Amino acid sequence: MNETSESAQTPSAESGQIAEAATDAAPVVVFRNVSIAFDGPPVLEDISFSVAPAETRILLGPAGVGKSVLLKLTNGLLRPDQGSILLFGQEISQMPEEKLFPLRTRVGMVFQEGALFDSLTVRDNVAYQLIGERVPDDEIDRRVRKALRFVQLEETFSLYPSSLSGGMKRRVAIARAFIRKPELLLYDSPTGGLDPVTSTTIIELVMKERDVYCTPSLLVTHRLQDAFTLCSHRFDSERNRMVPLPEGETDASTTFLMLEEGRLIFDGSLHELLHSENPFVREFLE
Amino acid sequence: MPIDTIENTAKQLVLTVQDYSVFAARAFMNLWTEPRYWPEFLVQSDIVGFGSAAIVLLSGFFTGGVLALQSAATLSQFGATAVTGQFVSITMIRELGPVLTGIMVAGRNASSMASELGSMVVTEQIDAMRALGVDPMRKLVTPRIFACISMLFFLTIVADAFGILGGGFVTVFLNHQDGTQYFSKAWESLRYPDIIQGLVKPLFSGYIVASIGCFYGMRTTGGTQGVGRSTIQAVVNASVLIILVDFLITRVLLALFPPL
Repeated sequence: MNETSESAQTPSAESGQIAEAATDAAPVVVFRNVSIAFDGPPVLEDISFSVAPAETRILLGPAGVGKSVLLKLTNGLLRPDQGSILLFGQEISQMPEEKLFPLRTRVGMVFQEGALFDSLTVRDNVAYQLIGERVPDDEIDRRVRKALRFVQLEETFSLYPSSLSGGMKRRVAIARAFIRKPELLLYDSPTGGLDPVTSTTIIELVMKERDVYCTPSLLVTHRLQDAFTLCSHRFDSERNRMVPLPEGETDASTTFLMLEEGRLIFDGSLHELLHSENPFVREFLE
Repeated sequence: MPIDTIENTAKQLVLTVQDYSVFAARAFMNLWTEPRYWPEFLVQSDIVGFGSAAIVLLSGFFTGGVLALQSAATLSQFGATAVTGQFVSITMIRELGPVLTGIMVAGRNASSMASELGSMVVTEQIDAMRALGVDPMRKLVTPRIFACISMLFFLTIVADAFGILGGGFVTVFLNHQDGTQYFSKAWESLRYPDIIQGLVKPLFSGYIVASIGCFYGMRTTGGTQGVGRSTIQAVVNASVLIILVDFLITRVLLALFPPL
């Protein structure tokens, strides 16, 4: 993480403490000179960055620039052609698939379209890992209801994904990612293609996870509005909704990455993003 | 056709065969190590076994009937209509029962496996499964392969039995011959090598149907159009491979158990 990001802004007291603690601990994710190509020019080239504990990194960039590929690399769903990736301190770029499975159970991932299993009910989708671990049914029901309550969709417990709207599917996918209290969350355009009201609901859930459980995350989006909302608001547990931070304050644990044609062109805080001289960043912001 | 196109096609073919070999071997080896998904095996056994029973039963019955019709016409020229039962039972058990059942099950199940898994690939459900720490090869592919092997074994027995029944029906009601003679000839002429040959083949056919169906499903690309393409490739390749492997097995088994 770019160290200047913390000095360049006025963080809220709580998030400032989190960010301070984060810099002391080992990073959750580290990319070192990672490149990948699929039968053509590189999709990602020489990417290096890290995600610290309790840090939320927002990955910006236009469509088709390699954001989802980067997220799949983080979870070992794809392997880089060059470079190394460390997840929870373990090198995963050459790790056999069998050894990756236990590591992935520590990561929650929300896919672009939800990727719910359409032949299973919402209950079975959310409890997918718990069922695999042979957790008793009563315990599964209790934990699924709690996870669905978190995303305000308890009434969908016995429904199938086909009867849910796009936004509801995304929220169920978030509940599925959250249920085992992951140590890292990966969001692939969680608000893509949704209406503004549903998008705000989903960003509020992301913020709730960030501020209540302090889970580190990597969030891919091309919607600046969502990114700025995450920086300028915090989740108020007492009122159970997000509230704006005082004028001039931003969340210090939330920082930005930006991709352009497969290369990382920006790594820093909101303040640095807004004052960047890079023409692509300026054009993207405008 | 330009030389480089032929070269690329040949390389692609070799690469596909290599990928399939690795895929099929890995799926097979998964059965001997944990975790095993027995509920998935039972569900797939129901889909492949019970679900295919009707088409296998009907195709077996009418194939036996056709064999009796065709053979009776030829055999009557030599005054040998009495061996219709022998002809039908040996042909059904050694060859037509296993091959026809394999092809019928390939048409029904290789296509459904390819389209189901292909849809899961294009909607990122396979990636989601991997992200949730579950191996799709173990959860989806291995149970399908072993369900298909075990069910095809029993379906072939059903096809053989109904083929002989169909031949008997035609012999008695259309050719107006003696039913007792037909069934006693059908039974007496059978030897153990015939039965072994007929029951070894479905084990290979079952493996081919499920592994090819899952292989093309899992490597689907290109959205819904890609799913359609995978389905066609799965059915065509599984059917051709069943006949090819049938030829090879017949050659080997005839060498091991020479006909009297």
